[in-house]
Amino acid sequence: MSRRFTPKVVTANALLEGDAVWLAADDSWVRDMTRAELLEDEEHAKARLALATGQPGRVVGAYLADAKAGPDGPEPTHFREDFRTRGPSNYPLGKQAGEDAHV
Amino acid sequence: MYKYNDFDEAFVRERVAQFTEQVERRIDGSLTEDEFKPLRLMNGLYLQLHAYMLRVAIPYGTLNPDQMRQLAMIAERWDKGYGHFTTRQNIQFNWPQLTDVPAMLGALADVEMHCIQTSGNTIRNVTADHFAGAAKDEIADPRPVAELLRQWSTDHPEFQFLPRKFKIAVTGAEHDRAVIRAHDIGIQIVENDKGERGYRILIGGGLGRTPMIGKVVRDFLPEADLLPYCEAIVSVYNLLGRRDNKYKARIKITVHETGIDEIRAMIEDRFALLRPTFGGGDRQIFAEIQDAFAPPVFRDADEAPFVAARADDPVFRAWADTNLANHKRDDHAIVSISLKAHGATPGDATAAQMRAMADLAERYAYGELRISHEQNVILPHVARADLPAVHAGLKEAGLATANIGLISDIIACPGMDYCALATARSIPIAQEIATRFDELKLEHDIGQLKIKISGCINACGHHHVGHIGILGLDRAGVENYQITLGGDGTEDAAIGTRTGPGFSADDIVPAVERIVGAYLEHREGADEPFLQTYKRLGMAPFKAALYPEAQEKANAA
Repeated sequence: MSRRFTPKVVTANALLEGDAVWLAADDSWVRDMTRAELLEDEEHAKARLALATGQPGRVVGAYLADAKAGPDGPEPTHFREDFRTRGPSNYPLGKQAGEDAHV
Repeated sequence: MYKYNDFDEAFVRERVAQFTEQVERRIDGSLTEDEFKPLRLMNGLYLQLHAYMLRVAIPYGTLNPDQMRQLAMIAERWDKGYGHFTTRQNIQFNWPQLTDVPAMLGALADVEMHCIQTSGNTIRNVTADHFAGAAKDEIADPRPVAELLRQWSTDHPEFQFLPRKFKIAVTGAEHDRAVIRAHDIGIQIVENDKGERGYRILIGGGLGRTPMIGKVVRDFLPEADLLPYCEAIVSVYNLLGRRDNKYKARIKITVHETGIDEIRAMIEDRFALLRPTFGGGDRQIFAEIQDAFAPPVFRDADEAPFVAARADDPVFRAWADTNLANHKRDDHAIVSISLKAHGATPGDATAAQMRAMADLAERYAYGELRISHEQNVILPHVARADLPAVHAGLKEAGLATANIGLISDIIACPGMDYCALATARSIPIAQEIATRFDELKLEHDIGQLKIKISGCINACGHHHVGHIGILGLDRAGVENYQITLGGDGTEDAAIGTRTGPGFSADDIVPAVERIVGAYLEHREGADEPFLQTYKRLGMAPFKAALYPEAQEKANAA
């Protein structure tokens, strides 16, 4: 018996900037995880990952990451994914600095 | 210092031009990521957790002031104003954008630097004793050997796709500051009883998942045979090394599975074939390289200003007593600049600090800088008379922390603050330990104690050879830190022993405090450093301090 599917998001790194990005429901890539599409169905998740891996001109290394629903949108469940939403802990750089750009 | 010849210059420029076009082709879609990835890795460009990371080779950790200033310029222009010096004597920039990397490589080429072979299954940047050319206990400067190996291994057609990465370190002294016993090949310059110079060659050392101490494969290799012998080693490994399992692909496993005697015999056979093919060209190049590393013309200087400053200024005295090492000339000293201010990120320097160090090197250190594998910067030759001025300059740049070799002089890999492979963070643990022991005002009393922290099993932070080693892991979705004790990276190399169950991020600093408390309680006076106490008493008193509950349980039973 396969394990029960848990909610996911599609995430990757942006090709040019290299930072963490997430796939939104409108097929755009967003830099704020709360705006990502939370995938609760396994088949749908596979289809969304396939869409992501078919965009090598925009993102690198797309994968499905565990997530859960939060008040503002999807939230990470693992500390690694949590760090990816913020940036390093030794300097206020990366996403926590409010640096933003479009993919 | 070695200067690029026309060949070096043309080669590096050509690689920059090639990579510039490769980046263009990746962006316009002509190259897939699978095609591009090996090309970017060959040029030191990784994709990490939050951004790309560019790893710049600093051959044998040697820099001149112009190179250091160029690194500062690159940090400010294309990165975020700082760089991270690594345990391979390299520097990493953590925030480049893909489109900027060709320009960064061009700027590096302008000062005879590059990122070639800082990644991939090739022979990596050759490291050397950071006190090379200056140390009092040295037989010979190891850098000409390292430079010869750099030239030989760069773009070596046979060794671009080895079973796994391959690291070589060289020391010219009996006291090993280059951790040669934890390298794929470790080279020690020695003299035999006839007074002839040669090399002791070790193979099969390495840390990572399966830590091993290197074994002597040749006790005395004549100087003239270095390149053919090294080529024989790598060539035998290239054939024998396992390509079926990444975790068993390093030469340490090959040596372990084949046996040192059998692999030695295979190397000797291969060497016998290769030796006649070298034809002496390597010897001539080596002679030219040696000329390039001739020591500076040292000035004679009265050390009176040093003696006076040491007597008058307690801050200077603390720094001088901790951060200076003996130079081969009595009127000079080796200065270690700590990149470990309490609470700062180990190995990081801002662009302003890089410029300050470059200026001090130019003014007081004959234009020489070194990066140590312990993530500090060295001014290898400073007249003692100039030390007060150097200290004042360092203080102004926030670089005068007096903690070399002490508990806050911690090696830490980037860990999960940057690295895509990491399983836990290392930097905040290092910051907290340093801050805590600074608050306790105990570190000078504790004395020599090397803490090394890795954020994953790959051991970039050398935790296995830390007197106290800390390994960050992911245990069921939570950061967890295992402790090892008794590791040693010197000529008495030893792999540390695990204490027992790991500790959470909140509990790891108190755990280190308990270890140190046990040491202070049990040492035979302040002259017995931590490692010696550990060797004398073994694990028991430290385990008792670390796991008091287990102790109570055992007592109750």
